[in-house]
Amino acid sequence: MSLALPPLRVSRYTATSCLGAGLSSHVEALREARSGLAPCRFDTVDLPTWVGEVAGLEGQRLPEQFADFDCRNNRLAELALLQDGYADAVEEAVLRYGRERIGLFLGTSTSGILQTELAYRELDAQGALPAGFHYARTHNTFSLAAYVRARFGLRGPVSITSSACSSSAKVFGTAQRMIAAGLVDCALVGGVDSLCLTTLYGFNSLELLSSAPCRPFDAARSGLSLGEAAAFALLERAPTQMTADAVLLLGVGESSDAYHMSSPHPDGLGARLAMEQALRQAGLQPEDIDYINLHGTATPSNDAAEGRAVGALFGAGVTCSSTKGATGHTLGAAGGIEAVLSLLALREGLLPGSPGTAALDPAIADVAPLDYVLSPRAGEPRRVLSNSFGFGGTNCSLVLARGDAR
Amino acid sequence: MTQAIRAPLSAQVAGIGVLGPGLADWAQARAVLRDEQAYAAQPCVLPVPQILPPAERRRATAVIKLTLASGLEAVAAAGLKAAELATVFTSSGGDGRNCHEICAALASSDRLISPTRFHNSVHNAASGYWGIATGAMAPSAVLCAFDASFAAGLLDAMVQAAATSAPVLLLAYDTDYPEPLRQVRPIPDNFAVALALSPTAGGLARLAIDPAALFTAEPATCMDDAALEALRLAIPAARALPLLRALALGTPGRLVLDHLPGEQLALELSPC
Repeated sequence: MSLALPPLRVSRYTATSCLGAGLSSHVEALREARSGLAPCRFDTVDLPTWVGEVAGLEGQRLPEQFADFDCRNNRLAELALLQDGYADAVEEAVLRYGRERIGLFLGTSTSGILQTELAYRELDAQGALPAGFHYARTHNTFSLAAYVRARFGLRGPVSITSSACSSSAKVFGTAQRMIAAGLVDCALVGGVDSLCLTTLYGFNSLELLSSAPCRPFDAARSGLSLGEAAAFALLERAPTQMTADAVLLLGVGESSDAYHMSSPHPDGLGARLAMEQALRQAGLQPEDIDYINLHGTATPSNDAAEGRAVGALFGAGVTCSSTKGATGHTLGAAGGIEAVLSLLALREGLLPGSPGTAALDPAIADVAPLDYVLSPRAGEPRRVLSNSFGFGGTNCSLVLARGDAR
Repeated sequence: MTQAIRAPLSAQVAGIGVLGPGLADWAQARAVLRDEQAYAAQPCVLPVPQILPPAERRRATAVIKLTLASGLEAVAAAGLKAAELATVFTSSGGDGRNCHEICAALASSDRLISPTRFHNSVHNAASGYWGIATGAMAPSAVLCAFDASFAAGLLDAMVQAAATSAPVLLLAYDTDYPEPLRQVRPIPDNFAVALALSPTAGGLARLAIDPAALFTAEPATCMDDAALEALRLAIPAARALPLLRALALGTPGRLVLDHLPGEQLALELSPC
């Protein structure tokens, strides 16, 4: 018999991106259809592209006893943890449940690799790395979780999920299973990814970077704009009765394309499996979903495949948009940041627009006549779906809902 | 608040795959671990993954060869179909050789990276190639917990088998790091272990974990053989060796596997 995966209450959440630090700047940006993208001036990068860079990381410090963990990615994590009372909420959860009973499941794709990229510029005459370079606490994929775990003194199960752009959506599934299995009572989930040369020059090599701000689902889309972000949530078992303003995780769907390393299946078959599984787990039908936050990277192939899959499953007129024109594609943090934007849509009664997109691509509209939200509008979404798909054909969809819409 | 009664978390080991220095497969590893054959530490030999289409075969890096060889061995031994199996991939870090090439290129004047080099740089490269090779569209978790990666992956795979009531394939693997990264991450060779875990009875042995006492301060179970103990300590995925020895010998009882300092994973093994 499989374990029942009960709905989880998202008791606290926060986000930091190029739109600002904390939830209020994100709500404001969503209302004003503001984009945080700007021409790339990151480090010494000489590519004609736009990025969503988080302001102020150069001056961000980690608590002194954790100085070994200092790198751009952990600074971004720290800045985000300090917003919206999130760090305080984790400390309260430690008191309530005990440090052994809190799971820590975070996503990242490149972690602190920037530190190694910089160290390689400073190899000595014998080719040795500079003194003071700390691989385990900065570059290693686990560094983010090691830092957050040390910072809060957590002692429960811990892992990093690093499945490219689905990473910080999949951690919601990890938390759900760990809570259902009785290993933890509460989980700290989220994702952090920061700008680095590997992804900028890497996506450039695949000719997937746009030279202008990205235009998701637009016929003129010409690739993605990279961004950096951190998002965190606390998940706990949901009480049976909940107020309308509470928010819930109702379902998680995961799948693999089994198709190609860097192109999605043209019909989005894997994406469709993930969406169906998320609905099944939530006990919902496609028509129960009021808004979809699309993966919508603005590459020609992603948006065509995703549009097809969404249209085939949800039918004509489903309300959806991609928010990557506002934040950029934040890779391993995308699932987390878009889950938070979806929670804000529920809380604020706001359907996010798609900065950068002038009109829905007619080629997509022909096969999938979506209600693609170009400019933010008021609405009353009660249940939303958030899509995150990635390299290697990894797919994850989340169903999130208001407390009164189980 | 009432606490739910916590049943032990358990799974059956239905099939095993191994590939590492001086360990060509589970049959050989089993003989070594049962003291029927002396351990000879030879560099790990990676087979060419014939199962991949030619284009992908050419691009296959060590992580891909390691996981395909060990994973398919475990699946075959368990009599399962790879195309239907959910997977948990766990590794202590990225592909060190690929990462070295990228960082070296980025520190040079032209900064050119090949597209293949870039798509092979993602931590889920092995998972992606596994899907292409086997056609598996089931969920695939891709984890990292530095030196705790084997224990974290085992725990995750057992939870998944229980949660979905379906078999799960755990693939734990690490590849060697070249200089200068080896100065800071001294992993000398490749090692992979794959365990096909089933929620239903049968197979080689039952593994159980007490959810109320997951971690222990007791030190990890060690290997008696000095060369195997050196291997256990040198490559994070080889932290599985004490479990593999207990499986090879059919030894019932408690095992402690390396996880994080002061918090080792406690397991109970019962042979079938």
